[in-house]
Amino acid sequence: MGEKEQFEEMLNNWRSQVEKDPLEEKKHRTISGKEVKAIYSPPDVENLDYCKDLAFPGQYPYTRGVQPDMYRGRLWTMRQFSGFGDAYDSNRRYRYLLDQGQTGLSVAFDMPTIMGYDSDHERSLGEVGRCGVAIDSLEDMEILFDGIPLDQVTTSMTINGPAAILWCMYLANAENQGISLRALGGTIQNDILKEYIAQKSWIFPPEPSMRLITDIFAFAADYVPRWNTISISGYHIREAGSTAVQELAFTLADGFAYVEAGIKAGLDVDTFAPRLSFFFNSHMDFFEEICKYRAARRIWARRMKERYGAKDERSMKLRFHTQTAGCSLTAQEPENNIVRTALEALSAVLGGTQSLHTNSMDEVLALPTEKAVKIALRTQQVLAHESGVANTIDPLAGSYFVEELTGKMEEEAENYFQRIDQLGGVMAAIENGFFQQEIADAAYHYQQAVDRGDRIIVGVNCFTESESMQIELLKIDPIVENKQVSRLKALKSRRDNEAVARSLEQLRRTAAGSDNLIPKILNAVKVYASEGEIVAALKDVFGEYKEKPLF
Amino acid sequence: MHQLVKDLLAGNKRAAARLISLIENEDSQKRDLLRQIYPHTGKAFVVGITGAPGAGKSSLVDRLLQQIRADGLTAGIIAVDPTSPFSGGAILGDRIRMQDHTLDGGIFIRSMGTRGSLGGLSRATREAIQVLDAFGKDMIIVETVGVGQSEVDIVKTADSTVVVLTPAGGDSVQTIKAGIMEIADIFVINKADLPGAERTETEISMMLDMGGEKAWRPPVVSTVSVNGDGVPLLWKSMQEHRDYLTGSERLIEVRQQRVRRELTEQVEYLVKSKIWEDVRDTIELDSLVEKISQRKEDPYSAAGDLLKKINFYGKQQKEGG
Amino acid sequence: MQAEARRLRVLVAKPGLDGHDRGARIIARALRDAGMEVVYTGLHQTPEQVAETALQEDVNLVGLSILSGAHMTLVPKIRELLTNIGMPDVPLFVGGIIPEEDSEKMIGEGWADQVFTPGDKLDKIVDSIKKRIENDL
Repeated sequence: MGEKEQFEEMLNNWRSQVEKDPLEEKKHRTISGKEVKAIYSPPDVENLDYCKDLAFPGQYPYTRGVQPDMYRGRLWTMRQFSGFGDAYDSNRRYRYLLDQGQTGLSVAFDMPTIMGYDSDHERSLGEVGRCGVAIDSLEDMEILFDGIPLDQVTTSMTINGPAAILWCMYLANAENQGISLRALGGTIQNDILKEYIAQKSWIFPPEPSMRLITDIFAFAADYVPRWNTISISGYHIREAGSTAVQELAFTLADGFAYVEAGIKAGLDVDTFAPRLSFFFNSHMDFFEEICKYRAARRIWARRMKERYGAKDERSMKLRFHTQTAGCSLTAQEPENNIVRTALEALSAVLGGTQSLHTNSMDEVLALPTEKAVKIALRTQQVLAHESGVANTIDPLAGSYFVEELTGKMEEEAENYFQRIDQLGGVMAAIENGFFQQEIADAAYHYQQAVDRGDRIIVGVNCFTESESMQIELLKIDPIVENKQVSRLKALKSRRDNEAVARSLEQLRRTAAGSDNLIPKILNAVKVYASEGEIVAALKDVFGEYKEKPLF
Repeated sequence: MHQLVKDLLAGNKRAAARLISLIENEDSQKRDLLRQIYPHTGKAFVVGITGAPGAGKSSLVDRLLQQIRADGLTAGIIAVDPTSPFSGGAILGDRIRMQDHTLDGGIFIRSMGTRGSLGGLSRATREAIQVLDAFGKDMIIVETVGVGQSEVDIVKTADSTVVVLTPAGGDSVQTIKAGIMEIADIFVINKADLPGAERTETEISMMLDMGGEKAWRPPVVSTVSVNGDGVPLLWKSMQEHRDYLTGSERLIEVRQQRVRRELTEQVEYLVKSKIWEDVRDTIELDSLVEKISQRKEDPYSAAGDLLKKINFYGKQQKEGG
Repeated sequence: MQAEARRLRVLVAKPGLDGHDRGARIIARALRDAGMEVVYTGLHQTPEQVAETALQEDVNLVGLSILSGAHMTLVPKIRELLTNIGMPDVPLFVGGIIPEEDSEKMIGEGWADQVFTPGDKLDKIVDSIKKRIENDL
């Protein structure tokens, strides 16, 4: 009997032993709804070509990883997203985390800062320092990084609408610390497209927003070459309720849109593409997430080379940060979240992430306590040093299941790219409400599945206890708001207000023209113009964005 | 006079809101309320804005409101969204695009579902217009989705009808539903920054010109509602149409037609209600339906018999002997 | 005739700067599927806008979705404004990231009538809303 015949015989043998209950079949789906077979075997990866589809790590199309040595050379960066209260509070927390072994910083800003309002604005009432740290001016930035050597620690800032402003504050502060901008490393999220799609913290309309982004690309290419100018995000798209494939497709589509915008603005793709980075979610379906990351790398590499003509390898390498899924955590039995986060972290690592944030168990209820965030950090450390998964690169390659699913997800993503193209591109699709509708539908179906009990969540719709578990939560003292407002007032009376007014006028004029805005924003920031004042000046010229009424 | 109506006429917003609810929910006092409100209507200029979903009507209205207020006029907006035929519920989200105007005392915005009316405009919507009219709004804008019969409904209700289209892209203007060309007093091509805008404009203009000489040749206005381009021109066209109507006595004609329709409808409504009330009290409808289904009776004779049974032809019968 | 014509009207509002509307949109859909008319305000509403919308739309119940932690400022403010414009008794339900302690205070002070948190089932929320409105009518 030949090999093929033997295989067929064994397969049929196995099939006859496995009961086929059609109802059972329905239950075996990924979180995103993809059917999963009971077994995968060689036929499922018949068309897989190692050299073309996988290659070695650091080799096109980088499916197995973007660096040749990956974690053997350097572990992923343990970068816990953090920020609350005022700059003093957060500075303390950052120093604590660095002491505990965190290797990079990640700043969470409060809602007023994210939306471009100063702490003393009436819309900021009740919101100052609650979801993140309140930053109104360069002074706050100085306090935030006091005692932290910015030439040794890289910082990621989760800021979008006013990203250019916070970035300039960071740059000005680094210069004050005596650090050359050419040596400065870090990331700003700066991904406005996903704001329109999912996170909804927008300020200006799309066109001026894209202009600000390409201005950042250009300025960084010339003056801050180590800086990641954008973190093209799928995290929020997933949190808003999308499936894994939607997260993959919409994020990469946004990426392509930014590449096209940069090219349209006259930049050579290889001057800015190497500094584009990505940010993905890591949800509970273990294998689906790993396949998602691998598919992402392959898709990006191929497109950058074949469609956008990238020559520099670095333009084709998709580097990404991962955060474990906030939306997978439960308020009931929060300690179970430690387990969830651990599994999600594991899939991110097996997927080859460059940096990782692990959620704390209490994040469904409040910002994390010190104890909770320490456990989250320890989770990464146990993973890195005790589990052995970092000993070899892309260990799941070659798995029939993983390669099949990676290929499938790539295919489905390509389908989405076609649909988006047909709609006229990402901006047109956003206008149309295409992404928002897909996400809303996926979110609704997921919720229904959970409510019906089809999708089991331990402690919520299964294995529940009537007693609610009490854990200690972080409370933000309302006095923080008062302190912040007083300090801002004091700053405004101390500074050279004429210089501020002049810088804002300059800013408006440049905004109305086409020169790069970054130098003007830097000037304003250096004379201690507040974030709210700068945003207001830009709003005068750019206007504000309004959402579409779509369901 | 009912206190709510008094308050309405005095400009009380809560009264306006409450009255619309009572009327929409078919409250028992509805007819009395409408009777008391009616004498105070007829002042507002009513504009209907219709078009396919996604044409950008809400953001257009949002921009128009800026123009309207700049001219010192007050406005009431009724934003109509389709009621789900399955659940009877609705998500009324048009307001999102107009929320900037919520705190403007001169503007009142009310969202309404179609609530099962076959066309786009329920009777309740038309009655809500009366409330806002009596409330003192200079202009009333009714924004509806152009599906099914609603375009036609809008014409019956509004003094001016604006139809909003978007650049046809690949398709051509032929796909525009029959009837739209006849009802529009003003055509708007929104999202005019998209490819195909000029061609769409040309095609519509050609179709209008083919229709022959008419007293009012509907202008075709291009707008980009997201940034306001073209909106002042749209406002100007709306005012020109209003001037045309008032100047040519066309407005009186249009409104009299409306009144005639309202009267006819009310009479028919009363007649229908009364008949069915009586029928329910006296006849076994179900067994009649059974018989007709089995072809033991036919619906035509049965209907006549039914009416005889409730003495519909009462007087005549007596006289007929 | 009246029973068929009446609909329950609910306002779903997103006050404050918080941009998370996944929950609010899901609730809006669920309420619609349960036969109610849902007026959705969109994001980034000021307390004044929420109250004024409730007034103009004459809703039977106001639902707030707040995930930014600013509820202890926003909820009492909205309750105050609703009272001032003549709707002191309109039920106010709040959903979001709300610690139990705050939830108890909001209800105790009469600012909110019911508070929901992540994990509360959709149909339970919809039922509560329905029951509360029908009780009031």
